[in-house]
Amino acid sequence: MPWSADARSNCCAIWSRAELSRVSTPLASSPNGGAGDGPGNPSAANSKIGLGIQFSEVEKRYGMRLALRGVSLSIAAGECVALVGHNGSGKTTLLKIAAQLTHPSRGKISFHDRESPISLEDVKSRVGMVGHHTLLYEELTADENLIFFAKLFGLENPAERAREALQPVGLAGRASDLVRTFSRGMRQRLSIARALLASPGLLLLDEAGTGLDPEGQHWLGAAIQRLRESGCTILMSTHGRNETQGAVTRAIRLEGGKITHDSGAGGDPNEVLVMAAVRDSGEGEER
Amino acid sequence: MTLARAAGVILAKELRTEFRSRELLGTTAVFVLIVIVLFSFTFNPTSSESRRFGPGLLWLAFLFAGSLMLQSSFLREQTNDTLAALRLAPIDPFSILAGKMAANFLFLLLVEVILLPVFAVLYNVAILPVLGPLLLVLSLGTIGLAATGTVFSAVAAQARLRELLLPLLLLPVLAPVLIASTEATIGVLRDPSELSPVWLVFLACFDVVFLTASWMVGEYLLEE
Repeated sequence: MPWSADARSNCCAIWSRAELSRVSTPLASSPNGGAGDGPGNPSAANSKIGLGIQFSEVEKRYGMRLALRGVSLSIAAGECVALVGHNGSGKTTLLKIAAQLTHPSRGKISFHDRESPISLEDVKSRVGMVGHHTLLYEELTADENLIFFAKLFGLENPAERAREALQPVGLAGRASDLVRTFSRGMRQRLSIARALLASPGLLLLDEAGTGLDPEGQHWLGAAIQRLRESGCTILMSTHGRNETQGAVTRAIRLEGGKITHDSGAGGDPNEVLVMAAVRDSGEGEER
Repeated sequence: MTLARAAGVILAKELRTEFRSRELLGTTAVFVLIVIVLFSFTFNPTSSESRRFGPGLLWLAFLFAGSLMLQSSFLREQTNDTLAALRLAPIDPFSILAGKMAANFLFLLLVEVILLPVFAVLYNVAILPVLGPLLLVLSLGTIGLAATGTVFSAVAAQARLRELLLPLLLLPVLAPVLIASTEATIGVLRDPSELSPVWLVFLACFDVVFLTASWMVGEYLLEE
């Protein structure tokens, strides 16, 4: 690796705490003004944080059903890519393969930062994911959940990291409450805090806005924008147009496990996003 | 992060969630108690037969309790797909199994130790003079039970008819543990007490072989 895990961890940790705190919304209970200056400045971290990802002829089969049909896709470090498509089009499967939660039946996946390829083992500590489910333990408090995952990721000062992660998502006051007492939106915000805990270079969001109220959606959109600006690669599945799409630099439409539209790295993602929104609303009206 | 440290973190989480909810320990202890009491009704507690059959019934009760308790080991990771969160972490996949095995071992051993005095009273067996050897047999048998049960719980959790599948998979595989543990316990409770090295070595070998096998295939067991 071109730079050590510790160095990356320190750099991104400072960045992540600072950046998320800078997202000025009512959700942030105590915005940390000016924290983005100094070593945590996104521009300083920009060249190192993002992870690129390459899918080569990736196919995924669940029994008789083909969820992905030979998907080839190259995402550069720092891109913010929206995956659109109907339910069952293969968005979640693609994200799970990127997270290494499932292996492709055929084809391969590889990761790289701006300088060199990275082994699949090393990638794990640099990937964060928000899934359909919250990935949280209901019998643990918000604080305990984050401390647990911080320990598993080998982060230093897990308790402090957990406390800092709760601040920008507006849950600092509920740190000692059991997750099972939280509303859907609060769980989702905690889930996002969990995904950002280890300051990931690749953030995978599977309909992360689900359950968030408009305020939460706005906060998430702003957080994604900040993460993108800092160089973090973001791959997110989404339905229709929402607050999170303001940061999108590229949009890809999946249908039946195949890529049917790709705005490309330098293209305008709005065309694909609008088309997806029109199709979804059209089908909604038909139903 | 080392395997042992990651397993320790997962073990601590398992203990914390269980002692907070007390779902498994309470129900399993009551289940074993009912089985032991019901079995005792079928024998004359003062007879030598009851002491001969007692250990077998005891281990059978532990086996049923294990299949009941271990069922939820991975099932509760499905509630919010927390297994995916564990698999996202940069840790050896076996550490997830190892942490859960250690937790299940402690839970089962705790239930066994709590219910041992009840067994001693109902079956008219003196356990205090042989407590050391008895705990050794209990520990070795319970390691096999916890290790095997945890692995099959991971397999069954991803299948349909999972509640039925675990006992179907688990009970035949655990037959050697049941036989060895029962024979070793009979020897310990016999007068004069005799700790059979053959059955102890057999149990230790089963534990080592099963732990090694689950270490080798751990990653595949947890994959979707």
